[in-house]
Amino acid sequence: MSVRMPPVDQAVLDRRAQIVAALRQIVPGEGVIAAEREMRPFESDGLPAYKQLPMVVVLPETTGQVAEVLRYCHANGIKVVPRGAGTSLSGGALPLADGVLLGMAKFNRVREIDFDNRVAVVEPGVTNLAVTKAVEHEGFYYAPDPSSQIACTIGGNIAENSGGVHCLKYGMTTNNVLGCEIVLMTGEILRLGGKHLDAGGYDLLGVVTGSEGLLGVVTEITVRILKKPETARAVLVGFTTSEDAGECVGRIIGAGIIPGGMEMMDAPAIHAVEEFVHAGYPLDVEALLIVEVDGPQAEVDDLIGRVEKIAQDCRSTVCKVSQSEEERLLFWAGRKAAFPAVGRISPDYYCVDGTIPRGQLPLVLRRMRELSEHYGLRVANVFHAGDGNLHPLILYDANVPGELDKTEEFGAEILKLCVEVGGVLTGEHGVGVEKRDLMPTMFSQIDLDAQQRIKCAFDDKGLLNPGKVFPQLQRCAELGRMHISGGKLPFPDIPRF
Amino acid sequence: MADIVKPRDAKDVEDAVRFAVSNETALEVVGAGTKRGIGRPLQTDMTLDLSGLSGIVLYEPEELVLTAQAGTPLAVIEEAVRAANQELAFEPIDYAPLFGGAAGGGTIGGVIAANLSGPRRIRQGAARDHFLGAKGVTGRGDAVKTGGRVVKNVTGYDLCKLIAGSWGTLAALTEVTIKVLPCAETETTVVVHDLDDKTAMRAMAAAMGSSFDVSGAAHLPDHIAAHFDGLPEEGASTCLRVEGFAVSVKHRRETLAALLAPFGRVSFVEAESSRALWRSIRDARPFAHGQGLKRPLWRISTEPMRGADLADLIPPSAQMFYDWAGGLVWVGMPVEEEPDAAAIRSAVAAIGGHATLVRAPVAARAANDVFPPQEAGLAALSKRVKDSFDPNGVLNPGRMWAGI
Ligand SMILES: Cc1cc2nc3c(=O)[nH]c(=O)nc-3n(C[C@H](O)[C@H](O)[C@H](O)COP(=O)(O)OP(=O)(O)OC[C@H]3O[C@@H](n4cnc5c(N)ncnc54)[C@H](O)[C@@H]3O)c2cc1C
Repeated sequence: MSVRMPPVDQAVLDRRAQIVAALRQIVPGEGVIAAEREMRPFESDGLPAYKQLPMVVVLPETTGQVAEVLRYCHANGIKVVPRGAGTSLSGGALPLADGVLLGMAKFNRVREIDFDNRVAVVEPGVTNLAVTKAVEHEGFYYAPDPSSQIACTIGGNIAENSGGVHCLKYGMTTNNVLGCEIVLMTGEILRLGGKHLDAGGYDLLGVVTGSEGLLGVVTEITVRILKKPETARAVLVGFTTSEDAGECVGRIIGAGIIPGGMEMMDAPAIHAVEEFVHAGYPLDVEALLIVEVDGPQAEVDDLIGRVEKIAQDCRSTVCKVSQSEEERLLFWAGRKAAFPAVGRISPDYYCVDGTIPRGQLPLVLRRMRELSEHYGLRVANVFHAGDGNLHPLILYDANVPGELDKTEEFGAEILKLCVEVGGVLTGEHGVGVEKRDLMPTMFSQIDLDAQQRIKCAFDDKGLLNPGKVFPQLQRCAELGRMHISGGKLPFPDIPRF
Repeated sequence: MADIVKPRDAKDVEDAVRFAVSNETALEVVGAGTKRGIGRPLQTDMTLDLSGLSGIVLYEPEELVLTAQAGTPLAVIEEAVRAANQELAFEPIDYAPLFGGAAGGGTIGGVIAANLSGPRRIRQGAARDHFLGAKGVTGRGDAVKTGGRVVKNVTGYDLCKLIAGSWGTLAALTEVTIKVLPCAETETTVVVHDLDDKTAMRAMAAAMGSSFDVSGAAHLPDHIAAHFDGLPEEGASTCLRVEGFAVSVKHRRETLAALLAPFGRVSFVEAESSRALWRSIRDARPFAHGQGLKRPLWRISTEPMRGADLADLIPPSAQMFYDWAGGLVWVGMPVEEEPDAAAIRSAVAAIGGHATLVRAPVAARAANDVFPPQEAGLAALSKRVKDSFDPNGVLNPGRMWAGI
């Protein structure tokens, strides 16, 4: 795999020993890793096709250390790549050969739980699931639930604005974060937000969320926690066409029902999952929906009845309502194991992540089948149906020469298709290095420049996680220049009063 | 004052901003102008009136999405979505009556630029959480787009968040895309009577910490409760709203009432009256009529359990009530013309959060910070963000802070 990364700064590499020593002054003991063998585990993230050993790995434990490391790197022109658990599927945490990999794993404490205000204050290296674990004894939970929640960190979640199967009803990370402490590349420590709602000025927290580690290193996060719904039930609904399934999704929402989760799988995904998990999925359908409604028992029972009726009207061939908590979890176990299940039927798989307006689903699936034939690669689809977020899994074999390249090309074609039908390049996995060079299919250079100027406002030397998100890193001085030139413009022909 | 230009389309807006940049002309950006009184007084040469950019571009109820030109009246949008039994779930406040204007006058661009919300903020978020995409013209005269028309989107920086709540200081919006949601089938408000402020905070925390999906939690103290609509009786009222399908509302109002009974006497406000009640809470009604109109008005966002501590820290003759389970405090100051910023700022510094001077005479808004003062690092970053969009300061210059 080759992707153009920022040119390596040989002058920095030449000073490696000196830099390592300076970093050891800041983070003593085992917090600085410079031996090649010990750096191996950090050479890639959840997108293993891309690999790069960093210059050095630093594992700070305090905000002060983070600030000093960044200040030192800023002063010495050294690039820095933040890393949480390394589960990014877009190469967001891919190291740079001449860069410091700043691992946040030691920031793993839950600092405060405040049930009265319904917030938890956590360090960025705390895993997503650990937040829920820390509050569930009082019946609370943290709503965004990426499938990687056992491993991925809240810091990574902020950086990627991660979602999960429940974000249709409860929102993505950005809707569930109230505040953070962030260290800028200069070493400056800022607090954004807190336990209160909304910013008093610009919503900087809002733009930091989803900024893929390019704006600052997050060292503390305040998240909103919610009381668990009284109960939840799920329905499995099978259809002979994806059109019918798509119609069912639209009608459920049209009826004013916002399910806790609404997931779809196509036949290849259903088969792979059923073989692996034995969740009781029907094998004679083309599309399977899992619709979960949560709330008080009376409401859930009522809504399940409505969903069943809608499913029938949409020509469902199977409709099975969970009769117990075990059964509900079993329905989900299948969906949640979709990636590993597909991993079992193919030497390798590549997960694509685009969003489309839901109504375009049949068209997109049809075109995807054509592409699949064209490239000679199989695809299994799992789909956050409620919000139009597609995850086609392309099956390939990395040992077959050229197949990975073909796979990537196929993935790119799918994403372009998403944009073409009114959707976007990434719904939750981020741009990273993976989709970086596709950004111009969605944004003009002017749009991208506007985004990069925000990067400049936070990190004027472009040292934090460069090579990600933007196809071309422009110099801030150049971006700052105004291009309206040549004397005064006459007043345009616009109505005046 | 300055003359008014009224663009007919996005291209006109681009031309107008480019003209302003090249001629060093400061623009006041307005939709319908209902929130003109909010912010530091502007010294601009020309008004950019965006109300000519009007009309719904796309509305797909099943996709829960609506795109409209930025100057489209909110009333037009609300009518369109109501016809499909949907709504703007973030329940935007109508500021106009607080400035003596008629209700129902704002534009969707203004709703976004001011990041409006209402009582449902605690459950459904603010405008920022429903704002999916935009087109606009930055202070560089660049026509830019950001976001998209789908809810799940992490492609590039989320500039929508920056634009929401930027009060027209970063870009003149020309088109916005928002998420809409189904209307609740019905609603009921559970009222607990005669609680003091601190007990009310605890009662609201208990309700919010339950699984009953409370979508509004306000405490209206004794001195002010009579100004709100729909309440069954006078006296302090702590109001908890449940919305949704009828079977569910019925169940939740009963269980919630049982949960709250230990705090005080409980009664119910039903559907239509409940809607009227929450409208009056949303719009800070006590300060939108009669003598209330004369009070300088503060809007304070803090951590919910600290809300009631404010009451001890501000002048006793101020009037106040609490929304967002205590996290939003509206304070009407006793002396006309005198917002007493020092008292409010020090009170808020003590409890955390931030205060905005929503309403005060021009002189007072020139003499005091209107938006919360920021510590140096944050102020410098905000200025860099402003400069990145609008380096020459042509869009609402100085509305939020000096230079921003
Ligand atoms: C099997 C599997 C399933 C997944 N399912 C989902 C899913 O359902 N939904 C979903 O949204 N994602 C999913 N993901 C993707 C991934 O888990 C998320 O993007 C996650 O948020 C990454 O967290 P992390 O801690 O692993 O971050 P990393 O991969 O280490 O880093 C991700 C990005 O965050 C930055 N970063 C990390 N910590 C910080 C910090 N403290 N400050 C600043 N920047 C930081 C890094 O620089 C990088 O750009 C899945 C991944 C896998 C492998």
